[in-house]
Amino acid sequence: MKLLKNFLPFLIGIPILWGIQLISPPHIAIILVNVGVNIILAVSLNVVNGFTGQFSIGHAGFMAAGAYTTAKITLALQDTLLPGLSPWLSTQTIFLMALVAGMLLSGTMGLLVGMPSLRLRGDYLAIVTLGFNEIIRVFIENIRWLGGATGLSGVPPYTTLVWVGLGAIATISMARRLVSSTHGRALLAIREDEIAAEAMGVNTTKYKIRAFVISSAFAGLGGGLLGHYILLVTPKTFTFIKSMEVVGMVVLGGMGSISGSIISATLLTVLLEGLRGLDQYRMVMYALLLVILMLTRPTGLFGTHEIWDVLSRYFPKRKAVQKA
Amino acid sequence: MKSVIKTEPVLEGKEVTMQFGGLKAVSHFNLVMRPNELVGMIGPNGAGKTTVFNMITGVYTPTSGEIFLDGKPIHGLKPHRICHQGIARTFQNIRLFKELTALDNVRIACHTHSSSQWWQALLLTSGHFAEETRITRHAEEFLNVLGLSHRRDHLAKNLPYGEQRRLEIARALATQPKLLCLDEPAAGMNTSEKVALMELIRKIRDDFDLTILLIEHDMRLVMGVSERLLVLDHGVTISEGTPEMVRRDPKVIEAYLGLEEAVK
Repeated sequence: MKLLKNFLPFLIGIPILWGIQLISPPHIAIILVNVGVNIILAVSLNVVNGFTGQFSIGHAGFMAAGAYTTAKITLALQDTLLPGLSPWLSTQTIFLMALVAGMLLSGTMGLLVGMPSLRLRGDYLAIVTLGFNEIIRVFIENIRWLGGATGLSGVPPYTTLVWVGLGAIATISMARRLVSSTHGRALLAIREDEIAAEAMGVNTTKYKIRAFVISSAFAGLGGGLLGHYILLVTPKTFTFIKSMEVVGMVVLGGMGSISGSIISATLLTVLLEGLRGLDQYRMVMYALLLVILMLTRPTGLFGTHEIWDVLSRYFPKRKAVQKA
Repeated sequence: MKSVIKTEPVLEGKEVTMQFGGLKAVSHFNLVMRPNELVGMIGPNGAGKTTVFNMITGVYTPTSGEIFLDGKPIHGLKPHRICHQGIARTFQNIRLFKELTALDNVRIACHTHSSSQWWQALLLTSGHFAEETRITRHAEEFLNVLGLSHRRDHLAKNLPYGEQRRLEIARALATQPKLLCLDEPAAGMNTSEKVALMELIRKIRDDFDLTILLIEHDMRLVMGVSERLLVLDHGVTISEGTPEMVRRDPKVIEAYLGLEEAVK
């Protein structure tokens, strides 16, 4: 029973995602995969920027760490067959392990960056994370083993819609479970009033670092999944622009709202695709829409509210079902 | 309570000094608090009362001197460590978690004594659920004690002023302290509210077996509730003793009313 509850979102998710994968034509599938990856990125960044109230703008750096680690492993083990498993199962297992390794490495990066920089506040933290993002990119560009500026090509096409969907479910479950626990509340306390949180016994530095590590690990997952879909991992994918794109999604959806991040990640990704017809005016339109939205709704689409909280108010009986 | 046999002090400050650049905010401050005592700290604006609080709770590290809680040194520890050791506080300018509900405000304070690990929350272990239920029940109890049960799901920022002050006390109590430091809990209240609050503070002290250090501006009020008073002026303790003794001390009258009045 307990175990079932734990994996229920995944068990429900797999057949649905499988179905979507079967019926969606390639050009739709590309958009859906992008939506999924962006949900992973936005929701994980929300753990730091929304829940904990720290402003990090270097998410793409952690994506890069995850993407390169995952790609290096799958490239090395491309022709390996795990004993006792069918070829399909073998590659899937290798991919899963590579993704986990990517998460571990990007999480470790988060720890290394977070330990010194999370003693800083507000703008200072933003600058440090931005700097880290650039350091990672320049570092990779100059390492031949990582492919330099051209990056790693020939990455095996392991990422499917099911994989991305499961990644998104994992990220959302993580964020929801975290925020509804006493540990998540400690993070919210830091956002609300750091001095009071500290006085009430919350080790603010430790919790900020913890949030940062979890967030970076999931950014690594997003990076790994993206790399195995576009079959190319280059430093150009993980620039400051990508970081800002994710920050934009979090701010637009509402800092501290998981459902807000999900919806804005979906909207912005679809919007960017939809505006492709406008050619060079695409980014202008995109920016203009962001400006208008921020002027009319400065707290983002949802503020700190959650769509499931609003739903349960109208359908009180469904609350028990919604509580995953 | 006064008849209690003198035991080891709960809190002891020895020659505590806090210097900000050229300014000595508090100098050579000494304090001994016995179990269950309710000590009032008064003094004009800028006397250093809040600085004393900030040193006791770890916001500032004293420039020199030592502070002991139950005989263990606590000076120089971080605020959250001191909270774990058993000192809780409220703030002069209310510092609630404004965008969170009253219940969550108190639940956060319960985190100190939570045995739950963060991975348990992510994996939804049964221990995690048991712990969450325990924390919630615990927090509800404290809301009840402070008469805030009806505000359980209201955002802290939407509570009336007096209830915000009470919520701060509920939150401090939920950390299960030995020593409770209240920084002007009655500020901004009218007289009848103040009287009710002081009664509540006494009741809390007796019910929870607490030692309380109280800062208050209103002389009459603090004299009614405290067993012992401490008067600070310009960072120096100028008088200490029972409310009657302090009331008659010419130095106190001078500090509060000015020299000329004292001469009259």
